[in-house]
Amino acid sequence: MEQFIQQVASGLANGAIYACVALALVMIFVATDHLNFAQGEMAMFSTYLTWQLIQWGLNFWVALAFSAGLSFLIGIIIERFILRPLHGAPVLSNVVVFIGLLAIFHSLAGAIWSHTIKAFPSPFPNVTFAGSGYIGPHQIGMIAVSLLLLFALFAFFRFTSLGLAMRAAAQNPASARLVGVRVDWMLALGWGLAAAIGAIAGAMVAPAVYLEPNMMASILLYGFAGALVGGIANPAGAVAGGFLVGVLENLVAYFGNMLEKATGLYVVGNGEKLMVALAIVIAILTLKPNGLFGRTIVKRV
Amino acid sequence: MTINRRIILTASASALAASLSLSSAFAQKKYDEGASDTEIKIGNTMPYSGNASAYGNIGRTIEAVFKMVNESGGINGRKVNFVTYDDGYAPPKTVEMVRKLVEEDKVLALFNTLGTPGNTAIHKYMNAKKVPQMFVATGASKWGQPKDFAWTMGWQPDYQTEGAIYAKHILETQKDAKIGVLMQNDDYGKDYFNGFKAGLGKDNEKMIVQLSTYEVTDPTVDSQMIQLKNSGANVFFNITTPKFAAQAIKKAAEIGWKPVHYLNNVSSSFGTVFVPAGVEASQGIILALYRKDANDPQWNDAADVKAYRAFAAKYMPQANLKDDTHNYGYSVAHTMIEVLKKAGDNLTRENLMKQAASLQGFEAPLLLPGIKINTSPTDFYPIQAVQLARVKGNSFEMFGKVMANESK
Amino acid sequence: MATIDTTAPISAAVTAPKPALSNMAGLAIIVGLAALPVIGAQLGLLSNFTILQISLMVVYAIAVLGLNLLTGFNGQISLGHGAFFAVGAYCAAILIDRYNANYLLTLPVAAIVCFVIGYLFGLPALRLEGHYLALATFGLAIAVPQMLKYRHLEPLTNGVQGINLIKPDAPFGLPFSGDVWMYIIVVIVAIIMFWLARNLLDSRVGRAMRAIRDQPLAADTMGINTARTKAVTFGVSAIYVGIAGALHAIIFEFVSPDSFRFELSVAILVGAVVGGIASLPGALIGGIFVQVIEKYADALTKKLTNTMHLPIELEPWTIYGIALIALMYLMPNGIAGGLASLWRKVRH
Repeated sequence: MEQFIQQVASGLANGAIYACVALALVMIFVATDHLNFAQGEMAMFSTYLTWQLIQWGLNFWVALAFSAGLSFLIGIIIERFILRPLHGAPVLSNVVVFIGLLAIFHSLAGAIWSHTIKAFPSPFPNVTFAGSGYIGPHQIGMIAVSLLLLFALFAFFRFTSLGLAMRAAAQNPASARLVGVRVDWMLALGWGLAAAIGAIAGAMVAPAVYLEPNMMASILLYGFAGALVGGIANPAGAVAGGFLVGVLENLVAYFGNMLEKATGLYVVGNGEKLMVALAIVIAILTLKPNGLFGRTIVKRV
Repeated sequence: MTINRRIILTASASALAASLSLSSAFAQKKYDEGASDTEIKIGNTMPYSGNASAYGNIGRTIEAVFKMVNESGGINGRKVNFVTYDDGYAPPKTVEMVRKLVEEDKVLALFNTLGTPGNTAIHKYMNAKKVPQMFVATGASKWGQPKDFAWTMGWQPDYQTEGAIYAKHILETQKDAKIGVLMQNDDYGKDYFNGFKAGLGKDNEKMIVQLSTYEVTDPTVDSQMIQLKNSGANVFFNITTPKFAAQAIKKAAEIGWKPVHYLNNVSSSFGTVFVPAGVEASQGIILALYRKDANDPQWNDAADVKAYRAFAAKYMPQANLKDDTHNYGYSVAHTMIEVLKKAGDNLTRENLMKQAASLQGFEAPLLLPGIKINTSPTDFYPIQAVQLARVKGNSFEMFGKVMANESK
Repeated sequence: MATIDTTAPISAAVTAPKPALSNMAGLAIIVGLAALPVIGAQLGLLSNFTILQISLMVVYAIAVLGLNLLTGFNGQISLGHGAFFAVGAYCAAILIDRYNANYLLTLPVAAIVCFVIGYLFGLPALRLEGHYLALATFGLAIAVPQMLKYRHLEPLTNGVQGINLIKPDAPFGLPFSGDVWMYIIVVIVAIIMFWLARNLLDSRVGRAMRAIRDQPLAADTMGINTARTKAVTFGVSAIYVGIAGALHAIIFEFVSPDSFRFELSVAILVGAVVGGIASLPGALIGGIFVQVIEKYADALTKKLTNTMHLPIELEPWTIYGIALIALMYLMPNGIAGGLASLWRKVRH
């Protein structure tokens, strides 16, 4: 039982990582109707920026604010200069451009900062408290930040006219344009915000997994799974999905391990946990094709 | 082309044979593809990109060492042309790049190709082609089979031997050991684990109460560490690469698990493991060493460490020397240089293997005192001695004797 | 939810019925072109390594064609076709290594196994659209290399160590090297596969596939069994990739779980899009692209770093990424699409 709680807690901590990345994915999806495969590498690159600023002596939060701002600009520049000319192009051409961006950010980070792992400071005080054997202070901070981000996003899309305009621009650009929304800038804004969220996600992830160019490669996969299982257009669903995937994979390994101890029979273990978690996600999706919390979209003919 | 070359080769071979029979007093110059009066062409593949890209620094260092050698006149008057390609740590890419090196670039030999999967993929090919696959950058035990694979040789202590040494040490020092193992789920991890189990012996295998594996694609090993702690293990054998080693050390401290911690040599680096994990949390970790960590203050006055630092300052000014992979590259490159020097003007593939298989007591720079490279036609394991040490402060505290396991 | 819009004009041009005579002439030209490398090799102009590379281009072209059928002609996105490549490769490797099967026999087996898996996977995946389907296939690409290491499958797959094979020699004492001989086999298989694909696209099923892509609801009302057609397309697509995988295993003489990581699925997708997603010639261009681009990126990077004295050591993937973006910018419909529109411009 003790271990069960620990595994769930650690799953939640990992889930917070996935949730942060999933939020960035949702952000860009809501704003542009695209799944950005380069999101993870952009976040990794932003994290290096943060790291560099901290190395130059800035306080963690100041550095993070700067690099989030810088990432915001980079996001806008990418949209304005790289993606804009492709607005009329097929979706798959966009996908290939994302893969190109992924390759560029990944290799640039390696070239500039080398491939050796770097320690990344945690902004949260290293205190011990009741239950810190179950979950560390950084993990709790990470969960808190992902929830904060979620609320901020939710409020942004729900209560601000800018948020509404962005959603409109992505879902129905023609009508949005008619009511006076500057669709082009909305897309760019979406990219900027997603990049900024990525910077925050990266700064939360790096203390837990160490900073290196491959840091986000596998996390992005979990982030995708989380975002999709929760509903890709729904920030709350994505966060819930991220946590769900995190807990699920730990429990798969936990129960597999228990079964092996009890019966000597090996069915699943750590090697298969991702696989089984993905299988469950896909099974959920087959039953609920728009994600657990997604609304069914009725198409008009 | 192939036919023509064959004719030329046979012609030159018979010419050589003729000149040989004329007089053996003359210094004979003999060349295979990739060697000439002015150049020795050496091929290599490295993961400059991909999952294992942190190891790319080995290739960069080797390149810099050969640059240094070339600037000071080369080896026996010949410049070393080191051709290194990125294989992204993907075996199909390794196969392709190696075929390019052998068939298009026509290198004399491969040197320090990195990674167990990649070297496994080219193992048969290299031996069928009879092109040396020298001092491969992996500690798998399969590289030392001169009978079946006469053209392949390892360099560092093999994982199985090292695993067995930890097992022996546990048996000697820990009463009622309950062992938890964290293992990377691949060739490298299994090699260590098999050696470790063999070292414990059949009767003691049940001392292993928990084996937890991880995949290189896992973001963290947190879940595995919790499994291990809860298994009640009081001894921890940590078979992980640097990033995961750092994660494991940090997590163990966080969840308050304090076993006797054995860490594989693959992660024996302050710069890339103990400092990121926290030096405090790393205290007391036991590991087997065969090289000096150039960052360790105890070697500040060692001649080879000084030479290494001078070399690095001049030829790799941008390199981060905290990264131990640079040391590795420096040390292994000098082993290759020694072989090329010994080969003299007889730069055939056969002679290269012959020279590599007759190193006796060679002290490559940065090897620990008392650790020497010994090979013979039946011993293709160059380094087989290690020294147990534990992390103490910012340094390794060595204890016990050099443990050798020469020639099985 | 975005639907996948692929471009129709190229496909129309490619699949337009042609008179039988020009068919024969076309085949003759293709065979002639395909024979060039063999002649080159026999004259000693091309090394075995070059031949291997050309073989790989053709192998990847078959795989890209498989994805093309699914994505280009049926509108289903897959990020996981590397999985079928792996299954095909392991079918061949296990049959040859464990059961001493003839290497040619492994191809139909790989095809059948991949069809069944593809069809079965296609059935539930049908309910998923666009991004969700992409994720499901993505999961498949991640899961298969992991499956190959699964403890209970190790006796067959040899786990992480993978399986070493030996390339077959040319039979009947033909004067070809192993590489040249396998090139011949690969090309023959490729010609058959491309020919079959063309016939398939010309058939009722092919028209149904495209109808589902362009007008899913209309196709449904017209009485096309959408579900079955989609699942069958998935299966057929898997056959192509599986056969490519089997050929890859044989000419490469080695398989391991690490050979079929997610990057492979991405490479196949990139090849398909860059070549031209709904185009048969596009598949061939895509196959060549998959094989060639990285090498040029590597060489170009070295040259750039040496000549420009850049402050940082560039990495090939930077060039690769820039090349991809530039290509999509210049030819959003792939190289085949770009060439076609260029041709139209020249003619008018």
